[in-house]
Amino acid sequence: MSSILEISNLSLSFGGVKALQGVSFRVPENTVTTVIGPNGAGKTSLFNCISGFYKPQQGTISYQGKALTGVKPPVRAAMGLARTFQNIALFRGMTVLDNIKLGAHVHMKSGLLGSLAYFGAARREEMAVREEVERHIIDFLEIDHIRRQPVANLSYGLQKRVELARALAMRPKVLLLDEPVAGMNREEKEDMARFILDIREEWGVTVLMVEHDMGMVMDISDHIAVLNFGQVIAEGLPADVQNNQQVIEAYLGTSDMDSLRKKLNPEREVA
Amino acid sequence: MRIGDAKQSYEADEAIWKSSTQKVWFAVLLLVLAVFPFMADAYLLYLGCMVGIAVISTTGLNILTGFTGLISLGQAGFMGVGGYTVAWLSANSALPFPVTLLLAGLLAAAVGILVGLPSLRVKGLYLAIATLAASVFLHFIFAEWESVTGGMGGLSLEPAHLFGLSFQSDFEMYFIIVPLAVLMVFGATNIFRTRTGRAFIAIRDRDISAEILGINLLRYKLMSFALSSFYAGVAGGLFAYFYRVVTPESFPLSMSIFYLAAVIVGGMGNLLGGILGAAFMTLIPEALKLLTAALTPFYPNAPIFMSPMLEIIFGVLIVGFLIFEPHGLAEIWHRIRRFFSLWPFKN
Repeated sequence: MSSILEISNLSLSFGGVKALQGVSFRVPENTVTTVIGPNGAGKTSLFNCISGFYKPQQGTISYQGKALTGVKPPVRAAMGLARTFQNIALFRGMTVLDNIKLGAHVHMKSGLLGSLAYFGAARREEMAVREEVERHIIDFLEIDHIRRQPVANLSYGLQKRVELARALAMRPKVLLLDEPVAGMNREEKEDMARFILDIREEWGVTVLMVEHDMGMVMDISDHIAVLNFGQVIAEGLPADVQNNQQVIEAYLGTSDMDSLRKKLNPEREVA
Repeated sequence: MRIGDAKQSYEADEAIWKSSTQKVWFAVLLLVLAVFPFMADAYLLYLGCMVGIAVISTTGLNILTGFTGLISLGQAGFMGVGGYTVAWLSANSALPFPVTLLLAGLLAAAVGILVGLPSLRVKGLYLAIATLAASVFLHFIFAEWESVTGGMGGLSLEPAHLFGLSFQSDFEMYFIIVPLAVLMVFGATNIFRTRTGRAFIAIRDRDISAEILGINLLRYKLMSFALSSFYAGVAGGLFAYFYRVVTPESFPLSMSIFYLAAVIVGGMGNLLGGILGAAFMTLIPEALKLLTAALTPFYPNAPIFMSPMLEIIFGVLIVGFLIFEPHGLAEIWHRIRRFFSLWPFKN
């Protein structure tokens, strides 16, 4: 299986804090790939590097064989990298429908004058987007009953779903989901897991997610990378990762913390 | 009574006027606006023209401050650019008013883009100070560039003209100002039905995720500045044609604050709010004058007490609305409409 996203030797530090140290792994095309790891392992930093917020000091991220170094976030969006955020980043003053339509922004062309006149091409384009959003996204994610509501009024689970809808409107090739089911109840989690699987199967989108809910991760992932202290400590199929000794230690801890630290950072002095 | 709003097409669902009732009411409004100058006396006509100009400028500032979240204290400066452009063209060319107003808007937009450049880096109060600096700078140019602006004495204008028709009186100016105001509010309404307007609101609500969605922040912030100053420029041009004279003191800093107040009192990020705010803020000083005149027979000192009241009332209104009614007059209007939507069957 070819990989759509390849991360090699990525290092990122903030002052003395090394968020990522030589992270390398690949995201095979049309899979659900999950990055797991304890809090502070560098998962969200990794996502921020991929979407272009952070500039890693070392290493490269290549997407469809092209290096992303120096490519600005809006351009990455146009290339097909969409993401959702850990703490929902919707536009609270707008309705659900407008939020989702914003996802299609990069695929629209009308300029200021077309918008002022709302005539001809600009009008047709708006109508086409409305139809696409209604037919493929609102219907698919079962949010037709809330399309006119302001986002701020919605429950947490629904807001997460609207954020997913907005990312889908970007017509992504790779969808980055940062903790898609955090804080949800069981039913909402099951819905979300179903949506993620459908997105991969029906839309052919590669999903890269960060998630803490191990039950869901093991159920729906095709490929897992485990991050700890900014390093990849294991990568592979769910079953392989589950039985990996280092992963168990990272999650369950060991009575001997020093040995773990030494194993992870052989060159670093242990205080 | 209407009990539902089933739509057959997305087109119908995206329309500005969603039902025939709304269309009828809008037609009534247009009719009233058209008949008004024939019924009104000179004073009311003057007020109508003032409100029209204020509506255009407030709508422009609302696009920038209310919808894009960029606070600007440069509105009077941009209006000045428009006013002086029209005045200069009127003295040095024979261009008809649609052309001079368009050029006024475009020049103001260009200045707006220049002033907006720092907006990528600075936000909030800092941007307010940056635009304040720009407005002081513009005032300085108006006062000192005598060969073009006529210095402190300013410039006086020929009446607006088109196809040999000349627009001199308030009655004639009304037929330029009000249709333009309607047209420009309509344009602003369209903006917020399309991607451009959504991008503006996205920048206001959360600029980081706007960037993730592929919105180029600098481009859209400058676009918002350009559009807002275009509106200000046209309003300034109309102002110049209306008074037929422009001086540096025609566009004081307090005017920028006046428009910011109109946006806040009307309702930030709400076009109807901008219109209500503009009308309200324009009419308050007039109401105060009427009150003073009514009180003077009983309290001969009333004018002395009442003359500084305007600033106090403006201040109290701004603070009061920010605290008690942050969504402004528009929200009050929506509440009234909700109350009457099922009246008298539900209270």
